[in-house]
Amino acid sequence: MWFKVEPRQEASQAVIYATPVLAVALTVASGYFLFLFLGLAPAKTLYHFLISPTLTFYGWSELCVKAGPLVLIASGLAIGFRANVWNIGAEGQLTLGAVGAGGIALAFWNETGLWILPLMCLAGIVGGMLYAAIPAFLKTRYEVSEILTSLMLTYVATLILGILVYGPWRDPLGFNFPQTRMFTDSALAPLILEGTRMHIGIVVTLAVAVGAWVVMARTVIGFQIKVVGLAPAAARFAGFSRNRTVWFSLLLSGGLAGLAGTFEVAGPIGQLVPHLTPGYGFTAIIVAFLGRLHPLGIIASGFLMAISYNGGEIAQVEDRLPQAATGVFQGMLLFYLLACDFLSRYRIRMAQREATSS
Amino acid sequence: MTFTVTRRTFLASSAAAAGTLALGRPGRALAADALPIAFVYTGPIGDMGYTYAHDVGRKAVEAHYGDKVKVTFVENVPEGPDCERVIRQLATSGNQLIFATSFGFMESTLKVAGQFPKIKFEHATGFKRAPNLAIYNARFYEGRAVLGDIAGQMSKAGVAGYVASFPIPEVVMGINAFTLAAQKHNPNFKTKVIWANTWYDPGKESDAAKALIDKGCDIIAQHTDSAAPLQVAESRGVYAFGQATDMTSYAPKAHLTAVVDLWANYYIDRVKKVMEGTWTNSDIWWGFKEGLVGLAPFNPAMPAPVKASAEKLKADITSGAVHPFTGPIKNQKGEVVYAAGQKASDEDMLKMNWYVAGVES
Amino acid sequence: MIALSIVNISAAVISASTPLLFAATGELVVERAGVLNLGVEGMMLMGAVTGFAVTVSTGSPILGILAAATAGAALALAFALLTLTLMANQVATGLALTIFGIGLSALLGSGFVGQPVPALPKLHLSGLSDLPVLGPILFGQDALVYLSVCLTAATAWFLKRTHAGMTLRAIGESAESAHSLGLPVIRTRYLATLFGGAAAGLGGAFLSLSYTPMWMEGMTSGRGWIALALVVFGSWRPWRVLAGAYLFGGVTILQLHAQGAFHLPAQVFSMLPYLATIAVLTIISAGPWRGRFNAPADLGKPFRPSV
Repeated sequence: MWFKVEPRQEASQAVIYATPVLAVALTVASGYFLFLFLGLAPAKTLYHFLISPTLTFYGWSELCVKAGPLVLIASGLAIGFRANVWNIGAEGQLTLGAVGAGGIALAFWNETGLWILPLMCLAGIVGGMLYAAIPAFLKTRYEVSEILTSLMLTYVATLILGILVYGPWRDPLGFNFPQTRMFTDSALAPLILEGTRMHIGIVVTLAVAVGAWVVMARTVIGFQIKVVGLAPAAARFAGFSRNRTVWFSLLLSGGLAGLAGTFEVAGPIGQLVPHLTPGYGFTAIIVAFLGRLHPLGIIASGFLMAISYNGGEIAQVEDRLPQAATGVFQGMLLFYLLACDFLSRYRIRMAQREATSS
Repeated sequence: MTFTVTRRTFLASSAAAAGTLALGRPGRALAADALPIAFVYTGPIGDMGYTYAHDVGRKAVEAHYGDKVKVTFVENVPEGPDCERVIRQLATSGNQLIFATSFGFMESTLKVAGQFPKIKFEHATGFKRAPNLAIYNARFYEGRAVLGDIAGQMSKAGVAGYVASFPIPEVVMGINAFTLAAQKHNPNFKTKVIWANTWYDPGKESDAAKALIDKGCDIIAQHTDSAAPLQVAESRGVYAFGQATDMTSYAPKAHLTAVVDLWANYYIDRVKKVMEGTWTNSDIWWGFKEGLVGLAPFNPAMPAPVKASAEKLKADITSGAVHPFTGPIKNQKGEVVYAAGQKASDEDMLKMNWYVAGVES
Repeated sequence: MIALSIVNISAAVISASTPLLFAATGELVVERAGVLNLGVEGMMLMGAVTGFAVTVSTGSPILGILAAATAGAALALAFALLTLTLMANQVATGLALTIFGIGLSALLGSGFVGQPVPALPKLHLSGLSDLPVLGPILFGQDALVYLSVCLTAATAWFLKRTHAGMTLRAIGESAESAHSLGLPVIRTRYLATLFGGAAAGLGGAFLSLSYTPMWMEGMTSGRGWIALALVVFGSWRPWRVLAGAYLFGGVTILQLHAQGAFHLPAQVFSMLPYLATIAVLTIISAGPWRGRFNAPADLGKPFRPSV
């Protein structure tokens, strides 16, 4: 007897839904021993980590706050990844989007009006796009890898933000601390429910995710992107421009990252500060792949990541779980999820040695 | 032990959503009368610098009160959208006194404090108060003045190197206090500043210290969190000062002393006030006198007169006889900012964004 | 005085470049085999904490360095199991590996914060090391610095001159064809991934034992990411990667000396290493060699032998 691995012709729906469940089960089992080893009450810690964030309406509102930027950025990145355009600088494009939006908010600080927030969104998108245009230009004009440029520009973006908030954009009444004025109501994203932090950004995010699905499934450019990614030679033959795909992918993902940055500063933060994001631009890459580059998958994986972050905080507060252990647990969860994907694509059968000769 | 959040609190909080959130129900079954308190840190407790020093204070509270308190802390909380959720979680979880130990937590603490009027909040190094939000800070510049006093006597070149993080008033104030005190001994004393643009990156901090020594500095001060600049000083044979804690173990020869953050006294006092019901939303800026700022033991290599001078300055600052920012003080352009005998006000210092003559940044 | 400055600045540049060189050289081999492991930062941290902990516990830096390489390779093994055997997505697994490594290293290292460890001894060859200027620069560094350069040379030789190296490159270009020629695709990719992990571990050990001899949480501060970018910068060629590491390290140090010039904000100077890397790569790419530096064709693509 031995094991034989063979690809599934078509994964059954049951398997596709069952594998994440298996992954979570394995994470729970491993987490049990991890927490036991750390001298904690494992069942209680697991409960706080995985269940508590989803138990209340407030909990869900916070999951939306956390998952929103991840899903928004990942929706854009996924389209580029399908075309083999590797934008790993969404973090920087988010930052420049926030700078654009923040600039509008500060410029019209004395004004009120319904037009300010849309203008901020526009500026945020443009900011992110312009910043993504640098890798796009260097790639299409000089064949410079967008992996390097987009990553390096992320560090530069943080420093640009720093120049502004430590310098000219400082709050004049803020004791020279590195932060801008708090935005006025006109420059803040309206809350969906008073008393929570859930703002209209989440609605926009879900709309964008669905829109991304329509673009990929129903439009010519979506088809081109898939062809360029899967079969570059065929794409050339068909006359699909690689350069146009690069530009489209980078501008789209940059613009959406910029929009995510806009909603961060117009939403939960409410001003520009030197540290705007806890690594959303990088985490979104995981979210995109965990969601198998599919918009609905991205929404699901975005919320799953959000649960693991928010749950990690709750476990720290309630169980004194060391912060480092939350990273270990999160890593394990991701490993199992990625590994269990295997089962949806391959079947493992026990087989007689002789019987495999086909 | 009960869980904090149940279906019922969900309904209750939704119902109360129009006003403030009714999440302030203490959910934990606590040992009788144990006061639940919490600390929020921006860095890891193992940074050996700023967060480590706060955590020493946290441990002192636990040691002092034993069973009477139940202490929680959350480390590595990013300044940004996440800290508000963490602080709210701590409030929801039943903590009665919450210390937010980083400037970047200011707006979030203020917001959560508004939603939990019965819980006491304390925010370090900020400037926004509320009826249930006190603020506290330490006069680190007093300690830095003593470092400058030592540097002015120990530096042969008359040039100190200063590994700085970001140009916020706290850092600027420290650089100025250090330089002014050194110039009392050597009027031509200069302080060269390199901005590492990080609070915490041992490699970059060490690079900055190396560059300063290469630029002719023979004594190193730092306002970043790791001990890396001290290690550089040790290996290059120059003197240096530690940051936030006694860092002698990293550089036994180079480490002259360090400004030590002693938050323990303050934290113990605040917990006592909550227990007694005498807590107020005070605005505290304590220094040597109140024991919030201290100095690590002097290096035996320091000559006796230098030690004596440093001790005397510390005593004079403690008694109020000396104010580190006493005129005449000129800025980098040579303009007189404070006339002879004039002292900088607290507000002036808290928003300081200019450098005294002799600082090269 | 000037000679001394040159020696000191060179030493600083070497320190800043060496961890990048280790990690980037390792990742280069991984990518030439067609595997994209974005978990360099996590593997470096594991190397840093293990190297430090073992050195402190045993007193032997050699054991520490070996342990660091092993720890990096162990984390890489997890990556290999997931991506090569279980066919998990490489990009996502690599990023998850970073999250995992940052957490695990912090957990393991919590007892070692604040402990001192003697820095690795500098080499001293009487005669050579005493030569003016060049002596201390070329012959006065610690063992890991020489190891990093030797590793580059060995990698270059291996990839270009050995049969195994050619096999590895063939697999990175087309796993499918390599497999049909009977080349051991999965085994080679496993070994390359483990090598990459070990090299990243050495880079971490250089940080915690030589650059800044201490352990602190997250002390790599993003150097793993820079190493990944340098592989691209070096267009998957060992000596170019070395040039990239020293360019980045060099500008990192020199911008500190330039700070304050022209009354520009300090942040502008901090941008220079990143901008310089982009600028130099653009100039190279726009030059006559344009278009010759493509990534291994099968980079990041999963492969499973069809029986």
